[in-house]
Amino acid sequence: MSLSDDLAGEHGNRWYDLFSRGTRDWLRHNEKIREAVNDALPDLIAHSDVLTRPDNRTVQVPVRFMEHFRFRLLNPQQQKGAGQGQAEPGDLLKPGQGQSEGAQGSGGNEEGGMSFVMEFKVDDILDYLWEELQLPNLKPREGTQLEEDDYVREGWDKKGARSRLDRRRTIKEAVKRRAVQGAAAVPITNDDLRFRQLVKRRQPTTNAVVFFLLDVSSSMDDHCRKLAKTFFFWALQGIRRQFVNVETVFIAHTIEAWEFQEEQFFQVRGEGGTQSSSAFQKAIEIANDRYDPSRYNSYVFYASDGDNFMEDRHRARAALEQLAPRMNFLGYAEVSGRHHQRLNTECGVLFKRLKESGAPAGSYALSNENDIWPAIKAFFTEQAAEAE
Amino acid sequence: MSKLQDYVERIEALGRAQGLDYYPVDFELVPPSFMMEVAVYGLPVRMPHWSFGVRWIYQMVQHKMGHSRIFEVVFPGNPNRAYLVNNNSLEENALVVAHVLGHADFSHNNLLFQRSQREAGFHIVEQAAAHAHRIDEAVEIAGQRRVEAVLDAALALEQHIDTHQHLNRPDYPPPKRQAPAERPVDGFHSRFGALPGEASRRGRPEAPPELKIPPQPEADLLWFIAHYGPALEDWERDIFLAVREESFYFQPVFNCQIMNEGWASYWHARLLREADFLPSELYLNAMKTHSDVVRPHAGDKQVALAVNPYHLGFNIWEYLVREVGLDKARQVMKEEDDTGFIRNYLTPELARELNLFVYEAKRDGEVRVTDSNIHELHEAIIAPKYNFGAPRVLVDDLRSDGTLVLRHDYKTDGRGLDSQRAQRVLEYVHRVWRRPVMLYTVDARGEEECLRA
Repeated sequence: MSLSDDLAGEHGNRWYDLFSRGTRDWLRHNEKIREAVNDALPDLIAHSDVLTRPDNRTVQVPVRFMEHFRFRLLNPQQQKGAGQGQAEPGDLLKPGQGQSEGAQGSGGNEEGGMSFVMEFKVDDILDYLWEELQLPNLKPREGTQLEEDDYVREGWDKKGARSRLDRRRTIKEAVKRRAVQGAAAVPITNDDLRFRQLVKRRQPTTNAVVFFLLDVSSSMDDHCRKLAKTFFFWALQGIRRQFVNVETVFIAHTIEAWEFQEEQFFQVRGEGGTQSSSAFQKAIEIANDRYDPSRYNSYVFYASDGDNFMEDRHRARAALEQLAPRMNFLGYAEVSGRHHQRLNTECGVLFKRLKESGAPAGSYALSNENDIWPAIKAFFTEQAAEAE
Repeated sequence: MSKLQDYVERIEALGRAQGLDYYPVDFELVPPSFMMEVAVYGLPVRMPHWSFGVRWIYQMVQHKMGHSRIFEVVFPGNPNRAYLVNNNSLEENALVVAHVLGHADFSHNNLLFQRSQREAGFHIVEQAAAHAHRIDEAVEIAGQRRVEAVLDAALALEQHIDTHQHLNRPDYPPPKRQAPAERPVDGFHSRFGALPGEASRRGRPEAPPELKIPPQPEADLLWFIAHYGPALEDWERDIFLAVREESFYFQPVFNCQIMNEGWASYWHARLLREADFLPSELYLNAMKTHSDVVRPHAGDKQVALAVNPYHLGFNIWEYLVREVGLDKARQVMKEEDDTGFIRNYLTPELARELNLFVYEAKRDGEVRVTDSNIHELHEAIIAPKYNFGAPRVLVDDLRSDGTLVLRHDYKTDGRGLDSQRAQRVLEYVHRVWRRPVMLYTVDARGEEECLRA
């Protein structure tokens, strides 16, 4: 017999105070969940306000505990068990919950039944996706007018401003010198100091503006809006990866066009017909007003169900042709619940012509969630090809 | 010398005088967080795996909500290792010491425990720590992902062992070669043998008969994969065998839970009752804890849809000792496991006294008490313990292309496997086996179904 008591705490910690195996394995579980969730990400983004807010760059995703699978028998129609307490044959202990298939009695107390909320950084998600899907990065537009002077670090000097002292390099120099000089050496001399130097370089500008054009005519139902929103979101995230300052413009249109704040943008509902030229005109106006083409990389995304008034055809084409030269890329997302007639609509033809005329444009047909990723991928691939 | 230390010595002396017979016990006082981990992992130091993390957080939540409380854990061996919670009261720990002695007596005398300890060694705590260490080394060499893939498979098959075989089990014996029957030399054969070229062929040995692996369906999946996996690396086999060794240890704990907990509860009640050296106040408090532990249902609930093994075991042992005497009860303790214990000694009178009943749960959540006889009650209690709590899945064939063919014995189990889960398990196994893996079972309509990975 022996009894080791708890005095050990005073003399020093025991090994099990040093780390918790439970925590370690729990964290590993969470890591695995993150990996699994990453695969399902495109479907998980639903809130409109995750689009632009810079300080709200996380998404919260409810996840269930992962199950470590084992062989298990099928759930029987009826399961027998033993219980204990004051009960007579025929007593109803728990009422049924109707026909619902999912209800499996009180089986909810298994680990698999618990869920919790995990927070994901949008940037992490994007890094992961870009790597996973091997998407190319966007290229800034070539051409001198889109370049700005910038200072970059290059080289070292023995003199310089205090703030640019390179400590690591200085210590390296000191180590080298002391190795040669031997025991008598002083720790650091002025000769050891190294300062980073700056040179002026012309850099491609890192400003971008993204115009989101949305058809809000009555034919655009919730399904279409959701597709458009998701497509916009991911397109914007991809652009954000490349440019430091990204500004957004939200334009909704029916036969007229209005600019909106993001919050209202996806809630807007219009009545009546569709004239897409109005939106293109509005974009041109705003671009002329606020976004100097020599300082901004510009992108346009237009989402519509494709219907447009016939009589608007010429005006729309003219407006697009006017818009195109100042854009890095024009993307058209045709959202509809229909599978047939893809990109064969008024707007579809409009963008096809535009592309044929040599403008950097692309069209994507979205009829359900599964179309979004291929579209995003196509957009980034085409855009990279255009910029070559 | 602390008070508890003093009590430990006296309670032990009392226990020995009452006929308890066990290897020495090492008591250690540990913080509750450590207890919780031991309860989750089943062993103080065990291999890392994310699934333990899930159980751990679940236990933490339960604990925080006050639904569960752990008093002690004891590991059989020589010496036994017992852990007590350092912030439990003296009363509680005095009770726990007596409880632990009951476990120590049980694990030293019960035949299943004896066998598993002979097989897995008397130092399972140290063995498991060594496994964990070797797995850490494997992580260093092969990386976390690969080791995790192996553990996913091995731990998923944790219950699929065969304790009727030895832990150190040799490969299947090679098939006996049938001596080729002497052919009668008749005219045709002698003339045929004289043909040019025939002489050399006759001298050649006959091809050995095909060895079917396994010769008969094999229940020990962990062993089979470790020994016959066509492309496993040594460290991977090692992990399978480590998991298997721990399962050999866990199986009797699982199979004797009602007996073992009941026996320990019986002894803590009896020893404390007879410990006249305990202050009466301490005795009363300890007894209060006792009645909390062995009560049939939690809190104010009047009915539980589960049977508390402490309560059931305790009452059967009380009944047995009262009816047949301690010596006969000790004999039962040595020879039975829960199956025999319940079937043979849970009498209709006792079942009525304990208000045990059988219920039927429908898929829609309706739970109704059924009119049942004692045999149905026995089976309802035992059913979850059958085959280590797992469906019977056997290795049927190892094909010459390396395909592993598993077969679910659905006739014994009464119904087929949950095919989604089974599919995921096959995927785990396939990653380690590296050749096709197949599983035959039946679907919900009873028609044969073949899953592949």
